[in-house]
Amino acid sequence: MTDAGHDEWLDAVGDGDGYYLRCPAGHGSLPPRRVCPHCGSPDLDRRELPATGTVKTFTVCYVGGPDFEDEEPYATAIADFGDVRLTGVVRGVDPEDVSVGQVVEPAVGTNCTTGDHLLVLRSR
Amino acid sequence: MTGVRVAGVGLTQFGRYPERTGRDLFAEAALAAREESGIPGDDIEEINYGNFMGALAERQGHQAPLMAEMVGVDCPATRYEEACASAGVAVREAVRSVRSGENDVVLAGGCERMTNLSTAAVTEGLATAADELYEIRAGITFPGAYALMARAYFERFGGDREDLAHVAVKNHDNALPNEYAQFHRAITVDEVLDAPMVSDPVGLLDACPVTDGASALLLVSDEYAKAHGLDAPVSITGTGQGGDNLALQDREDLAVTPATERAASEAYEDAGRDPGDVDVVEVHDCFTIAEVLALEGLGFYDAGEAVGAARRGETTAEGERSVNLSGGLKAKGHPVGATGGSQIAEMTRLLRGDHPNSDHVADATVGLTHNAGGTVASAVVHVLEVDR
Repeated sequence: MTDAGHDEWLDAVGDGDGYYLRCPAGHGSLPPRRVCPHCGSPDLDRRELPATGTVKTFTVCYVGGPDFEDEEPYATAIADFGDVRLTGVVRGVDPEDVSVGQVVEPAVGTNCTTGDHLLVLRSR
Repeated sequence: MTGVRVAGVGLTQFGRYPERTGRDLFAEAALAAREESGIPGDDIEEINYGNFMGALAERQGHQAPLMAEMVGVDCPATRYEEACASAGVAVREAVRSVRSGENDVVLAGGCERMTNLSTAAVTEGLATAADELYEIRAGITFPGAYALMARAYFERFGGDREDLAHVAVKNHDNALPNEYAQFHRAITVDEVLDAPMVSDPVGLLDACPVTDGASALLLVSDEYAKAHGLDAPVSITGTGQGGDNLALQDREDLAVTPATERAASEAYEDAGRDPGDVDVVEVHDCFTIAEVLALEGLGFYDAGEAVGAARRGETTAEGERSVNLSGGLKAKGHPVGATGGSQIAEMTRLLRGDHPNSDHVADATVGLTHNAGGTVASAVVHVLEVDR
């Protein structure tokens, strides 16, 4: 399945050219968007995604869905990257060693079960 | 504007019925509601039916006209889908329909069939209530999503898994006498803490079960109830609905649920009530942390204060304001598309005095129900009041 907007965004992250969308009020969001999800502004600029972010919250998942059965246990985290947050599977560290405040960088990895690309938050 | 009365309620027992079709479950609940109300089928003018994942679980979309057929009623029938708040919105639209004067008798409720699927397939089906691009592809399950919220809550306000375990223990205790509940088994705090971890910090006994079941309500106008001499002492006096960003990452604060606040504020204003007037509450406790978030969003506690409520005994059956006397989603069960209707059915029984736990709230006049969709990207709140 091809998802215009999202797939280009994920490819850009994988190429080290990650970006996000920013409205004049400073709200960040991810594509595809026609307006800011927070204030409805149609003026969205592409901004460079910060190189690193910090884990805001995470979970270690022991029972995933069928698409993640070869991944268990895995850590999924929400990390702050300036104006925007990303949700991704944490790699480069044992899932049980993930912590709030940990520094991560965005990357693209492969889902072990489906072979699809997925957003990875790589531990520094 | 007319008042809206609950003329009859019907529930199946919630539980595991992998061999029973959704159509049969809903027919059982709806016919029970009809029988209790004494209302003839020909008087039903509209059916509002909640269902979330029937297209995945039963390969059956377009369920609403099927359900009308199964209960022997020829009238417009519409499915409402709002994830786990599907029946909540179905009831809310029924209330609005009666208030508008367009209809005098509406059948509302919902159904879900889940246990015919494997655990993995159910997990995947439920995950579709999250953001597909930015959450499901990142391995988010529903226990996982609530685990992210629980950890954010602990980080911001404190509290721990033991506080949450008391919520599970309380709700299992409440389910013991409830004939419609899935579980009739008391549990201990240690059992909750020692249960296998599903998605840290959410353990198996912090989570509601996978459940089949149906709920139905017959809602009528004041005028219809009077003209037909119905015994319908419970009214729905307030309704509210709120929304939020679908994905957790797009919300400013992961430890609060503004959709609940918005729904509650609208429902309180609609009913002319405030949190201090509410005697008894049924909230959406799909995971133990969800009950805590709900009680704060509904204005019963300040942010960060509800995590210890069950442990302190404030929300138990004997407490100041009992929460989830039905057993909640946690122990009564959570057939997602039926849950919002079942909360109102249980509240009606509690206020009328014919629920096995009614004695705990014998003087209650005002009840509140709270039904949430997804990670509370949607919330529906109703205020119910009984003639005393």
